[in-house]
Amino acid sequence: MTWLSRQLLRLVAVLFAVTLLTYFIVNILPGDVAIVILGNLATPEDIAGLRKDLGLDRPMLVRYFEWLGSALSGDLGRSYRTSEPVAQAIIDRLPVSLQLMVMAQLTAVGIAIPAALLSVRKPGGIFDRISAASAFGFLAVPSFMLGIVLIYVFSVRFDLLPATGFTPMSEGLWDNLESMILPALTLGLIEWTVLMRVLRSDLLTTLKEDFILLARAKGLPPWRVLLGHALRPSSFTLITVLGLNIGGLIGGAVIVEQIFALPGVGRLLLGAIFNRDLILVQGTVTFIATSFVVINFLVDMLYAVLDPRVRHVRFRS
Amino acid sequence: MSASAAEPLAPARRGRRIPWAIALPLAWVTIVVFCAVTANWIGLADPAAQELILRRKPPSAEFLLGTDNLGRDMLSRIIYGARTSLIVGLCAPAFGFLIGGAIGMCAGYYRGKVDLLLVGVIDVLLAFPALVLALTFTAYLGQSLFNVTLALGILSIPAAARVSRANTLAWGNRDFVLAARTIGASNWRILTREILPNLLPPMFAFWLVAMSVVIVAEGALSFLGLGIPAPQPSWGGMIADGREALDAAPHTALIPAGVMFLTVLSLNFLGDIVRNMVDPRRSAL
Repeated sequence: MTWLSRQLLRLVAVLFAVTLLTYFIVNILPGDVAIVILGNLATPEDIAGLRKDLGLDRPMLVRYFEWLGSALSGDLGRSYRTSEPVAQAIIDRLPVSLQLMVMAQLTAVGIAIPAALLSVRKPGGIFDRISAASAFGFLAVPSFMLGIVLIYVFSVRFDLLPATGFTPMSEGLWDNLESMILPALTLGLIEWTVLMRVLRSDLLTTLKEDFILLARAKGLPPWRVLLGHALRPSSFTLITVLGLNIGGLIGGAVIVEQIFALPGVGRLLLGAIFNRDLILVQGTVTFIATSFVVINFLVDMLYAVLDPRVRHVRFRS
Repeated sequence: MSASAAEPLAPARRGRRIPWAIALPLAWVTIVVFCAVTANWIGLADPAAQELILRRKPPSAEFLLGTDNLGRDMLSRIIYGARTSLIVGLCAPAFGFLIGGAIGMCAGYYRGKVDLLLVGVIDVLLAFPALVLALTFTAYLGQSLFNVTLALGILSIPAAARVSRANTLAWGNRDFVLAARTIGASNWRILTREILPNLLPPMFAFWLVAMSVVIVAEGALSFLGLGIPAPQPSWGGMIADGREALDAAPHTALIPAGVMFLTVLSLNFLGDIVRNMVDPRRSAL
């Protein structure tokens, strides 16, 4: 079997396991859907009847494969509460989550690259230590805490930006951006730490290479050496981590979407959990986990294309 | 510049590490643990007693850290919240390490098909976004201290399994393991007497870090309203409550946030130091 087909097989196996696990968690745990729909006053006969109508009286494995079959054709079922198609609900919320993800990544990269470059100019120097210390500090700040602090500073104290709420792009680009700045900053300020660390360590390795010595010997100023020669070959791991973050942020921004009341996929999931809307929970979790797995897979592939050594080493450990 | 540029930062820093970098985090963690353990005996106000007339009072001599939206004593709630955080922070990783550690040891020791199967299972668990899984678990298990701990414990299984597998792989090749096998020691004996003792130091370092991750995760769940149920104090829940009154009484959110930050930071510090002692190679990170 070739390397690629083995990886594809692995992807399919993981996806199968992920959907099965999701189905299992959502369906085996307490909370009868029929009672949720009919309310507490329903008679046992009504409940039994509805269970039959929904097909809940059949074995779970059978129901799983039916659900999987329609999920593969893009039908994730309909919400029990609003009878909105689950797939449509996700697609409606996706642009907000994607915009948040892109803006957060840009913020993180925007902080990480200059910080790493300044750090490696003089390793162990004052800036290196400041950026290492602040990275360590930010590692101890959870997003819900940072979000609150940013709201307090920028909205309550100085009244510069809206605290919560979302303005769609159709109602003005600036209003839209304004409502996204704090959420993106919250995520970006947390994520830059990892990016800075990997870029810094890769830069230090690159700076030992002969071509850097040559560039220096030619008399190029330190900044040209760093920006023109060292940065690009050092950004390999950085790009990988960025890619992995995309997968995490598609649904992983639950907390930030909740704090800032952004109507994204994460908040859809949270609402569904609070409402016990099982089919919506299941669809959203499946969507989030699947995008996470698929994007991580694509990043791994990209990694392998860029660096053939990976094909032989990475997946064995 | 070229000579110093090539040197990684860590060795220089390690040599110069000043004692307060250990003393301060250790002191803070000790204070938090001491308060949480003795909470019942140090004359604190009832953390659930509401006094609506005294709501949202800033810190004063009577209420050292002020009162919250319902007029409850913040200091008392912070300390009882510390108890919640510590229970979850100690028990969840312990649960995960017991199961994950055993899985990792088996995978790393027996290798072959066992390894392949176990690593596959771990990969699937890791394929889930952790918070989403935690949310789903607690939402359906029901909210209680026990269930939150259980959910976070299950979530720490894969990471613990990875650490223990990697270390078992490394130690399993050593001569003393070969020697034990040669004199006829059983697999069980080799695993428990030869390999396990060597696994404990790196697992301890990892446990400190896992503790801070779990405390943050519990905070996040409680913040979202899916963690520790309401009257019981929890730092995440307090931050969520305080958010309602950020303009009128910012201390109700910022004080628990600060306490949580210091605790997590201290644990990370200590974890980092222990890891450097256990594995000098990784100190560069």
